[in-house]
Amino acid sequence: MTVSAGPVPRRSAGATAARRQNRAAYALVLPFIIVFAAMLIVPLAYSAYLSFFRTQLVGGEQFAWLANYLRAFTDPSFLGGLGRMAIFLVIQVPIMLGLALFFALALDSGRIRGSKALRLLFFVPYAVPGVVATLMWGYIYGPDYGPIAQVVRAMGLAAPNLLSSHSILGSMMNIVTWEYVGYNMIIMYAALRAIPQERYEAAEIDGAGQFRIAWSIKIPAIRSAIMLTVIFSIIGTFQLFNEPSLLHTAAPNSVGDDFTPNFYAYNVAFVNQDVNYAGALAFLLGIVIAVISYFVQTAQNRRQGEKR
Amino acid sequence: MLKATKRATALAASVVVTALTLAGCSSSDNGGSPVPSSSKAGQAEIDKAMNTPTTLTFWTWVSDIDDEVKLFEQKYPQIKVNVENVGQGPDQYQKLRTALKSGNGAPDLAQIEYQHIPSFTITKSLLNLTPYGAGDLKSNYPEWIWNQVSQDGSVYAVPQDSGPMGHLYRSDIMKKAGITSPPKTWDEYAADAKIVKEKTGSYIGDIASNEPVGMVGLLWQAGAQPFGFDGNKTVTIDVNSAEAKKVYSYWQNLIQQDLVSTDPDFNDQWYQGFSNDKYAGWVTAAWGPLFLQGTVKDTAGKWAAAPLPQWNAGDNVSGNWGGSTNAVLSTTKNPIAAYELAKFINTDPASTKLLNTQQNLFPAMNSVLNEASFTDATSDFFGGQKINELFAQISPTVNTKFQWLPFMDYAYSEFNNTVGNAMTNKGDLSAAADQWQDKLVGYAKQQGFTAQQ
Repeated sequence: MTVSAGPVPRRSAGATAARRQNRAAYALVLPFIIVFAAMLIVPLAYSAYLSFFRTQLVGGEQFAWLANYLRAFTDPSFLGGLGRMAIFLVIQVPIMLGLALFFALALDSGRIRGSKALRLLFFVPYAVPGVVATLMWGYIYGPDYGPIAQVVRAMGLAAPNLLSSHSILGSMMNIVTWEYVGYNMIIMYAALRAIPQERYEAAEIDGAGQFRIAWSIKIPAIRSAIMLTVIFSIIGTFQLFNEPSLLHTAAPNSVGDDFTPNFYAYNVAFVNQDVNYAGALAFLLGIVIAVISYFVQTAQNRRQGEKR
Repeated sequence: MLKATKRATALAASVVVTALTLAGCSSSDNGGSPVPSSSKAGQAEIDKAMNTPTTLTFWTWVSDIDDEVKLFEQKYPQIKVNVENVGQGPDQYQKLRTALKSGNGAPDLAQIEYQHIPSFTITKSLLNLTPYGAGDLKSNYPEWIWNQVSQDGSVYAVPQDSGPMGHLYRSDIMKKAGITSPPKTWDEYAADAKIVKEKTGSYIGDIASNEPVGMVGLLWQAGAQPFGFDGNKTVTIDVNSAEAKKVYSYWQNLIQQDLVSTDPDFNDQWYQGFSNDKYAGWVTAAWGPLFLQGTVKDTAGKWAAAPLPQWNAGDNVSGNWGGSTNAVLSTTKNPIAAYELAKFINTDPASTKLLNTQQNLFPAMNSVLNEASFTDATSDFFGGQKINELFAQISPTVNTKFQWLPFMDYAYSEFNNTVGNAMTNKGDLSAAADQWQDKLVGYAKQQGFTAQQ
């Protein structure tokens, strides 16, 4: 939208044109706005509204101010789930993104034969629906007849129970890593391809090796892409749902119905029939994610600022 | 600027996704249900309703029930029935609750398990069928089944199938262990468990840690009354009574000696456990035999069935595990036709026969249970044993008075968190049952009930 600055008489004509342009723009975004409002804003506002009430099976509905939110702060199930996801975040996300970055750099180095096929191969797990993937892993982990247990037993060792309550978090991290390494790798790889070739030439002339190039040129250049994957991973971690909900059938006593906050909110809504409290949990979870994402991003920005 | 937008989008997205799943559940009152003009619908009224062109919607997860519905439609050509499968058990209940709360989209009748009837009567979602003549059906059923669908003279559903409990075992494995007759008491069962484990390496059975319904069936047999609901505001919660603790400590003992397994049931691992002789038996319900037959075909001919082991020698008591009904929703605009459909499917001789032979449901009605063609049938899977006859004899031995809470979903999910966990960890089941009790009482109070313990 540029309004040309001209003589006074022409100015009103320009403003009219701008207004017409404006109107056209609004008309074009209107369908989106309507769908966005109907499918997102309204339900969101509605669940916020619901979260301020309390419904009892006996006694009906009453306004409860912030009671649901206060309850969440002392709810060991919700806090436990958040804690579990914090562990998940601190351990799984760095491993996954580290692997993704490594693979992306390896592919980008051009020293790997069949890189196209490899790229696809890494990406395939992401294309496998989460439901199928988890069912598959549930079988692989099976303590009696799963392939891992069978191989270990064939070697004469005691088979580990990968679905026990002690190892289930690790087992889940493994599934999620397997699922999303390829996805994150593609984002990083795409960013790597966008780096101008001249920089590499310059670096080579200066005598830099591949590792030096990766460390000093490539990684800094795709920092924003990496940040994107970090933020996505934080959101994804706190919203884990498919994996716990499906592993729940394979290992019901290891994966409790409050294993992750999202799974817990779902069970509160549909098993405990407490939609109001579930709404509050969902909003709190959203806020937690927002806050953590914010801190990660500002920390990153600050570091970048210091470097300059 | 770009960064700020990106951040805002990411944050908004995160809030939205979590909240979205929960929206769409609103609450509003149900529309008033039509009340019949007289205390009991007269034949003229019924005839009129059955000859008026009507479309009924029927939610059920019973596969191929269209065959039974077709019989109904042949008899009443004016009535058209839309059968919809919106999911099994909890999935369907969820959708049903959502539809009832939003005030539209609920079917005329629905499949509901015995144990979940109170969860729907508490919200006044089920039509009392007594004014439509359901009281007349009472004599068709064993007493325990009728008690499951009726309360204080009101009838809320027509029984469809049942699950009186028995003991299925692998006669070949038992024989290998030198056991020739099935255990008659739980003491014998425990002794046999030891022998079977020592001689064959198999567990005598799997008492699944995620199967509250099966465990509750065993409490039922032991005479415990863990749950109760007066239909109004008062619930009785007594999951840690002396009778119940007798059951828990019995199984705890077997679990801790590693004589029974606690593997979660109805998943791949568990099916393979049957194929690979990990389990030498299954304490289950009358639908168990046909289920096994379809799931572990390779063990055909090696099975046998017996009544549940008893707590006191000479007793003959059982519990129930599963079974369901067809209930008419109070929001229906066609109560007479809906009730007639429920009645037809579950009491018409041709239809009940199909339910047993096609859908493999274990019958609820006395007339089917006692029919010669039913009881005389032999099962090759069970080495030629007359399985139906055995379970038909067990059915009347089910303890007659057993009630449920109006929130069994929650009760079961907390069972898994407490007693189920203790089973997996070979811990103290009775202490876990105390926790279960506390959780249930807490929830009941929070939901506004008066909780008796």
